[in-house]
Amino acid sequence: MTDSKYFTTTKKGEIFELKAELNSDKKEKKKEAVKKVIASMTVGKDVSALFPDVVNCMQTDNLELKKLVYLYLMNYAKSQPDMAIMAVNTFVKDCEDLNPLIRALAVRTMGCIRVDKITEYLCEPLRKCLKDEDPYVRKTAAVCVAKLHDINAQLVEDQGFLDTLKDLISDSNPMVVANAVAALSEIAESHPNSNLLDLNPQTINKLLTALNECTEWGQIFILDCLASYLPRDDRESQSICERVTPRLSHANSAVVLSAVKVLMKFMEMLPKDLDYYGTLLKKLAPPLVTLLSAEPELQYVALRNINLIVQKRPEILKHEMKVFFVKYNDPIYVKLEKLDIMIRLASQANIAQVLAELKEYATEVDVDFVRKAVRAIGRCAIKVEQSAERCVSTLLDLIQTKVNYVVQEAIVVIKDIFRKYPNKYESVIATLCENLDSLDEPEARAAMIWIVGEYAERIDNADELLESFLEGFHDESTQVQLQLLTAIVKLFLKKPTETQELVQQVLSLATQDSDNPDLRDRGYIYWRLLSTDPVAAKEVVLAEKPLISEETDLIEPTLLEELICHIGTLASVYHKPPSAFVEGSRGVQHKRLPPRAGSGESTESPDVGQSGPSEAPPAVIPSQGDLLGDLLNLDLAPPTATVPSVQPSMQMGAMDLLGGGLDSLMGAGLGAAPAAMPASLGGAPAVGGGLGDLFDLGGGVGMPTGSYVAPKTVWLLAMKAKGLEISGTFARRGGIIQMDLSLTNKAMSVMTDFAIQFNRNSFGLAPAGPLQVLTPLSPNQTIDVSLPLSTSGPVMKMEPLNNLQVIYPPTK
Amino acid sequence: MIGGLFIYNHKGEVLISRVYRDDIGRNAVDAFRVNVIHARQQVRSPVTNIARTSFFHVKRSNIWLAAVTKQNVNAAMVFEFLYKMCDVMTAYFGKISEENIKNNFVLIYELLDEILDFGYPQNSETGALKTFITQQGIKGQHQTKEEQSQITSQVTGQIGWRREGIKYRRNELFLDVLESVNLLMSPQGQVLSAHVSGRVVMKSYLSGMPECKFGMNDKIVIDKQGKGGTTDEPGKSGKQSIAIDDCTFHQCVRLSKFDSERSISFIPPDGEYELMRYRTTKDIILPFRVIPLVREVGRTKLEVKVVIKSNFKPSLLAQKIEVRIPTPLNTSGVQVICMKGKAKYKASENAIVWKIKRMAGMKESQISAEIELLPTNDKKKWARPPISMNFEVPFAPSGLKVRYLKVFESKLNYSDHDVIKWVRYIGRSGIYETRC
Repeated sequence: MTDSKYFTTTKKGEIFELKAELNSDKKEKKKEAVKKVIASMTVGKDVSALFPDVVNCMQTDNLELKKLVYLYLMNYAKSQPDMAIMAVNTFVKDCEDLNPLIRALAVRTMGCIRVDKITEYLCEPLRKCLKDEDPYVRKTAAVCVAKLHDINAQLVEDQGFLDTLKDLISDSNPMVVANAVAALSEIAESHPNSNLLDLNPQTINKLLTALNECTEWGQIFILDCLASYLPRDDRESQSICERVTPRLSHANSAVVLSAVKVLMKFMEMLPKDLDYYGTLLKKLAPPLVTLLSAEPELQYVALRNINLIVQKRPEILKHEMKVFFVKYNDPIYVKLEKLDIMIRLASQANIAQVLAELKEYATEVDVDFVRKAVRAIGRCAIKVEQSAERCVSTLLDLIQTKVNYVVQEAIVVIKDIFRKYPNKYESVIATLCENLDSLDEPEARAAMIWIVGEYAERIDNADELLESFLEGFHDESTQVQLQLLTAIVKLFLKKPTETQELVQQVLSLATQDSDNPDLRDRGYIYWRLLSTDPVAAKEVVLAEKPLISEETDLIEPTLLEELICHIGTLASVYHKPPSAFVEGSRGVQHKRLPPRAGSGESTESPDVGQSGPSEAPPAVIPSQGDLLGDLLNLDLAPPTATVPSVQPSMQMGAMDLLGGGLDSLMGAGLGAAPAAMPASLGGAPAVGGGLGDLFDLGGGVGMPTGSYVAPKTVWLLAMKAKGLEISGTFARRGGIIQMDLSLTNKAMSVMTDFAIQFNRNSFGLAPAGPLQVLTPLSPNQTIDVSLPLSTSGPVMKMEPLNNLQVIYPPTK
Repeated sequence: MIGGLFIYNHKGEVLISRVYRDDIGRNAVDAFRVNVIHARQQVRSPVTNIARTSFFHVKRSNIWLAAVTKQNVNAAMVFEFLYKMCDVMTAYFGKISEENIKNNFVLIYELLDEILDFGYPQNSETGALKTFITQQGIKGQHQTKEEQSQITSQVTGQIGWRREGIKYRRNELFLDVLESVNLLMSPQGQVLSAHVSGRVVMKSYLSGMPECKFGMNDKIVIDKQGKGGTTDEPGKSGKQSIAIDDCTFHQCVRLSKFDSERSISFIPPDGEYELMRYRTTKDIILPFRVIPLVREVGRTKLEVKVVIKSNFKPSLLAQKIEVRIPTPLNTSGVQVICMKGKAKYKASENAIVWKIKRMAGMKESQISAEIELLPTNDKKKWARPPISMNFEVPFAPSGLKVRYLKVFESKLNYSDHDVIKWVRYIGRSGIYETRC
């Protein structure tokens, strides 16, 4: 057979010729003609003009010809809806054919003809096919319901196809079950609130049985569906896990990853002290490692997922570092992902090996990869303190290579190392300064300038160095300009006598000659600070900076949880929730992990669990774009109804101080702002314009009087908190932020032992002392208390920014 | 689910285009061509998102296969499907090339219609597909009702990979244990990482629906049996067994049985297929040791000496040995002396390739080369890629041994003893590298 000839006919009048051939009497000639038509269609030519002629060929005994005509119909029916009706009769007839393959073919194709008028005619044949005696027809009909739903959802519901589809879950044939599950899952996605899948222990049992018997693809559909089920208790969860684990040895990586998803999700419900929990953890590692011997594209998918799994449960792969070593011939996308995971797994135990590898990678060819490797060395230094010294010397070696981008990347990470270990490695500054001239990337220039400014007192010619940058001030990027401004101000505060001229020069450049509002604002703030109160300026500008955290680039916890529920899918590859890349209603539902069950902490809300000392995760510095997940943590807190009244000591109400919070804080002046400012910006010393404005608002730092205090508003309604009503506001007295509260007991019994806890918030607010409520609060009594607050608490960016959560557990 | 599937040639011309979902328009075909095939830089990811449409692609020789979607699909499944698609096409018409695809485009459309319905992969076992989609037009017109229902029950059935009523005059099976041994060694001879990834490939020509049971020297199984039996010498069985890190199986293997009893039982597909894959990392026999010595003599000369040592029984012969020694980009000339085989400098590949046809165990051979370099002002040092090696040895470097493969067919009158069985071990080099 040489069908390729069909691709090469490009004469004029071709359509006309084809028309004649299609109407030929000879069967062979007809078939040839249809093939030509399909070939033209493939390469993008418009052959819709031939519609009636092609449809005429449909009534044939020749199955091959029939399939070709069907293919044509699927493509062009939409553009010729009226003509498409002509084909309906043949379809209906074919649906009654004796041959099950033809019945299935007809119903399959009919579903693909996406013309409204045809759908009416589709209903009856579809109904019959859903109950066909042949499983091949039934499995095809099951998918057809999803097709029809996509065209006309209402029709599917009215015709009761959904119920028939549900019945197919109990079908004797595993492939029918799998396709029914796939169709139902897809339909359910567009009806987020309908209880369409209606998963209960009985259906789950059926699915698990079918899982053992159906094709590899069917297993994926079923596992993905299982993952959306929420087991009633840990025992059910364990029994499902037990039946899913054998799938981890399947040759198909997608089956393995979907099984991993189910296990990761249901594991959440198992008590950690359970033996089975440990067994399961151990079982997960080998299949994940095996995924790395798959084809490179699948390796990439697997690595993106492993990246998530390692963040959620680092214990699974902590001993498997070596398998993530980069191979010389790995495609670049695999190399970059492996590197990421290597850093996540780096620990004191394996750091020597990791470092040796990273050093090797830093000499490779691919620029992106080399940069990432250099950056990784810096991250190791920050993560594993014992290795810091070796990392720094490795970086110095790399700087000696004089390869431009390696040097720049090294300087950027060395800046971070300085932030983490102040006053330890400054001896290397001299080497860095030698490379000043070769830096041409903004990030590296900014980092270098920061270093010079920060350590101005130890660099003899700091003023000369900074002055050299000043020459081309307006050609620099904003990042560099801002950094230069700050660095010169620092220098001035440290060596005021020699650098007065320099500081004036930079201030005028930043304020008078610049169009950039951020730069101008910061310039003015410094100017005013320096001119009004140099001592205060020193306190502000040279304030001690908080240390940067050990882990960087962590995915924000709520997003991570959601992504874990999407293991294996595109969301887990992009590290974005489906809503970020899927249009329309699909995927808007946010999936969550089941609430942690079992051990003693179980009754606490997840919020408390996070900030509690037992499993406090490192503070997250969210990189841009990671804040996609909604941070409505409140939804996660168990509603009070689920907390049985048998444990009164554990009751709590979580309240959301939305609205008013920030306003009143602003009114209260920002006495603590300088301390909070660098903290809230994490590792980046650059200050955005927004915060600059806040300085102006304050009018002068530390002015005690005349602040406006917002009236108290009700924060927590009595009915939501077992009878305790709280209203409050924020005020600032004597430079201290205070939270004024009115507590009213609207319950029947006396309340005592009040305590308060703040969750992480954008401002680092935390109580400066315990809540002082000395007397018991009797029914209908109201007392006013003031709680001094400090801004030294942990900082986490909240969405919206002024969202503040307070846990307030009253004990009766 | 998958919204559409396109196949392009290396120029980006569409050879096959099948759209399953409305949300994928014709412009998707062009978007992929412009943004990926014609993109200037190297491909940075096998998944590309262009205007909220995701493209998954794999390349086979110079043919691009791309699956397109707008939904949050199971990404692993899409790639598995694309590979499967390649397997099916290869099984039907051989190599995936532009010529073959054009010649078989009708067949491909037919296959796509069958194995992907509304973007959901369906049964894609070639054994099953070939019963009703053939290259000589489609069967079906002249089939009896029994034949038809046999086809449908096979396609949808529990044993979708094998049809009933297969008969052979001589029942025979071939078992190949194919291993690839991977190594990354430091210049000092320290093993940085080593693993064996193995495959058990079976060719079965058996009548009826035989039930098979496969056994190997899996440490877990042997230890279990060791506990039961009293006569076994404790030390002996331990040595002969191997620790398998992980294994995966063809879908014919009953996974739940493996999970509970660690026994491998199955009804095999007819013909050739891959029964299992496995990975081991402990006690690997590294067939060759490479000892590199690179010395820079001034700025324009390199001296390289490489010794290879074979490390297996002297009675066995390794074949197709090839050592690849990378040379710097600014190499101007190379002089090579080797004790055995032939060595050549290949300028186009920037490497000295040293080939030895055969080499027995416990032997040693050596090559030395002088590399002349052109002076350059390139500041960047030569990256020194690792020295890599290829070979083939007639044993399994993991130490895996097939203990038995039992065949039971209750309905037909042949027993396990009547089946002729052949077992073969081949160890090949995977990525076998020594840094220098």
